[in-house]
Formats: sequence, structure tokens, C-alpha cells
Amino acid sequence: MTTAEDKGNGIGKDVGIYVCLLVLAGLQFVIAYQNISASQMFARMLVVAIVEAGLAAMFFMHLWAEKRGFLIFVAVFATFVLLTLQFGWTDSFRMVSGAPFSK
Amino acid sequence: MSQADLTMEGHTTGLTAGPAFSFPTKKLAIWLFIIADTMTFAGCLVAYGFLRNGTPDWPRPFHSITSVVLMTFILLTSSLTMLFGLRSAKTGDKAGAFRWIMITAAAGIVFALLHVREWLGLISEGMTLFKNPWGTGLFGASFFSITGLHLTHVTCGVIALVVVGVRYKGGRYNADDIEVLGLYWHFVDVVWMFVVPLVYLLNVNH
Repeated sequence: MTTAEDKGNGIGKDVGIYVCLLVLAGLQFVIAYQNISASQMFARMLVVAIVEAGLAAMFFMHLWAEKRGFLIFVAVFATFVLLTLQFGWTDSFRMVSGAPFSK
Repeated sequence: MSQADLTMEGHTTGLTAGPAFSFPTKKLAIWLFIIADTMTFAGCLVAYGFLRNGTPDWPRPFHSITSVVLMTFILLTSSLTMLFGLRSAKTGDKAGAFRWIMITAAAGIVFALLHVREWLGLISEGMTLFKNPWGTGLFGASFFSITGLHLTHVTCGVIALVVVGVRYKGGRYNADDIEVLGLYWHFVDVVWMFVVPLVYLLNVNH
């Protein structure tokens, strides 16, 4: 059973992570109003979103406290899925530039 | 103690250490659902990025981000209240757990209402699934698809929070069920962290 002291520490950690997430979310809103190109904005926001999601998954979803085998499985699987979804970008850029289309 | 006893003891210890995936069934089920749903949302968001990148006249219809800021704050806060509910449930505080779960559900309802209000605002400006006054018609389809899918998850989450909360209070569910529900709710929060920058913030009209 969780002791009162553990509970207090746990709540403190939860609130700390919550504040971190709020700050990171705020950072995304700041980035949205920076005078930078869309690609730079996209990259910065994505990095912040990944950090946010990592914090939430590790501490809010308690992935950090799960078995290491499961943690590795989720990390490897998520990375694999996200990487394999990137195959279409070259075609997306071709839609903009109109080249190189086959004749 | 004989060598045979030592060997047997070592063998038993090895067995009870358990395999890496010796998970409670419900928790494993919700994690598998989360992994599958991650693929769904990732597919939608990448398809959205593909279209946005490849379409020169992509609209930037959002003049104010106040509503999105408020929605983000509410959803993040609801994750914290869900954690408080889980902590109360694990310490056997049924009334406290029920209270926090209902607060989480209320936050979900407010989020959904703000979302619907925002949709109605865009619709009143002439945006539909296939056309809008600002640029390519693809924007409406992708915007409503992604935010609609997320809103569906929030709505289902709110229903689940109320049902599980009431049954937990009635003694039919236990703290493990609250934990499983919490995992789903946090996942909905995590998805929102990607929807906001990609769908809203990259389309702010400065």
C-alpha cells in the first residue's frame, strides 16, 4: 500500500510533470508566432510535441515504471511506425515542384 | 541445504521472475489498443502533412488561438485530475477517486463543447468538408477528419469515465480498471499534443 509520504511525493512529481507539459505547450504557441519559415516552425513544434508526448507516456502513463521489455517494445514499435510513415514526403514535394514526373 | 535444493531453488526463482510481457490482461489490451490507435492517428497526421506540403494555396484560417490554448489547458489539466483519481483509487479512497474521475469527465465535456463551438464558428464562415473561402477544399476534409476523430475519442472517453466511475463507486470495478481508463485518457491527451501544432498552429494567420 502506498504510504502518505509516498503519496505526497507522487503527487508532487505528477504536478511537476504537469507544469512541464504546460510550459512545453506554451512554447509551441510561442513558436507559432515566431517569424520563421513554415519548415523551421514545423520542425521546432514537432520536437516540442515529441518531448511532451514522451513525458506524458513515461510519467502520466507510467511507462517508465513498467517492465523494461515492454518499454523497449513500445519504443521500438513506435519508432518503426513513425519512420515507415515518412515514405511519402518525396512525392509530396514533387506535387509542389511538379518534377520529376515520368513522361 | 543440498545441491539439488539449491538447483531447484534457483530454477524456481528463474520461473517466478516471469517473462517480459507478463502483464495484467486488461492493461495489455489497452496498450495494444493504444498502439493500434497510434497508427491510425499517425496515418491521418502524415496524410494531412502530405497534403499541406503539396498544396500551394493551403488556407490559414485561424486568427486567434485563444480557444486552442484554453482547450489544451483543459485537456492537460484533466490528465492531472485523472492521475489524482488513480492515486485515490490505489489508496482505497473510493469517494475521492470518484470525485476526481467526475472532475475529469467534466473537463472532457467542456473540451468537447469548446471544440463544437469552434467547428460551428468555422462552418458559419463558409467552411465545409469540400470547400472553404480561403483556399483548397482539402483543408476542410482533413481538418474535420482529424479533429473529428479526436473529438470522438474524447466523447467515448467521457462516457467511459462516467460508466467506470459509477461502477467503481458501486464496487463492481477496482483500481486496476481506473488505471486502464487512465491510460486511454492520457493517450487522448498525447494525441492532442500533435494535433495542435500540425492542424492549428501551423495554420495561424499572422
